[in-house]
Amino acid sequence: MSVGLPAYLAVAAALFTIGVFGIFVNRRNIIVVLMSIELILLAVNINLVSFSMFLHDVVGQIFAMFVLTVAAAEAAVGLAILVTFFRNRGDIAVDHANMMKG
Amino acid sequence: MDLQAIAFYTLAAIMLAAAGLVVTARNPVHSVLFLILAFFSGAGLFVLLGAEFLAMLLIVVYVGAVAVLFLFVVMMLDVDFVSLRSGFAQYMPVGLVVSGLLLVEMVMVSGAVASSGAAAKVKAAAVTGRSNIEEIGRVLYTDYVYFFQAAGLVLLVAMIGAIVLTLRHKPGVRRQNIADQTARTRKSGLSIVKVATGEGISE
Repeated sequence: MSVGLPAYLAVAAALFTIGVFGIFVNRRNIIVVLMSIELILLAVNINLVSFSMFLHDVVGQIFAMFVLTVAAAEAAVGLAILVTFFRNRGDIAVDHANMMKG
Repeated sequence: MDLQAIAFYTLAAIMLAAAGLVVTARNPVHSVLFLILAFFSGAGLFVLLGAEFLAMLLIVVYVGAVAVLFLFVVMMLDVDFVSLRSGFAQYMPVGLVVSGLLLVEMVMVSGAVASSGAAAKVKAAAVTGRSNIEEIGRVLYTDYVYFFQAAGLVLLVAMIGAIVLTLRHKPGVRRQNIADQTARTRKSGLSIVKVATGEGISE
């Protein structure tokens, strides 16, 4: 392959960084935080798949599939919690999310 | 610069630009749409790597399911998104510092790993003549079959959890209760009232 492994790893690292930056700057908007987590998981998947293809070992792709599964489950449960929170409070500002403190 | 390199740099640039717009867009609907673009470009990178099955899985799972779920929730919740951006400028410097450090570290480590550690251990590609999906299936359904089942359980638990969290019974809506219906007897359903002439019945 003409594009080497370091290029793929650098792209994945940049994507991961953008995801972390998104969590930092959008900490009040929980929907964008969830999207940033999806970006981070995509970066991890790019790492796994590129190592898998460059080392000729298919197990990395299997693991990327499991990461994809967990990411889908996390998005579903996270958004369900968000919808419930919105029904109870009327907004989604998470810095007031202390209702379950008791 | 050959075609593969051009495709790689184009897809990577589109993906990173879309990811940047996901976290900085003012409107969350635009964020979701840029997320879809980022995932499409990521799927293109997977195709470029030769992992066709995962590329298609990425499109089906993320663009087909997760992004639509996000779009549903963003459009369904009537939220004042402008007020949620109030901390943006405040958290920008610390976010830039932390993520910049993270980027430098990861690029340095991954460059070192890729050029020395991992590259030295590369096995020769086994020429099997099998497609990518067949290779995955051969490993997934033999060595990793329990992990595969566990992934199914994770999805089941997530589905049940999402339903339990969002299901609500509105008061005042009459629902069919089959147990009550089948337990109904003539005694509980019927009563004979003797009405005296000229008096009528009252409750």
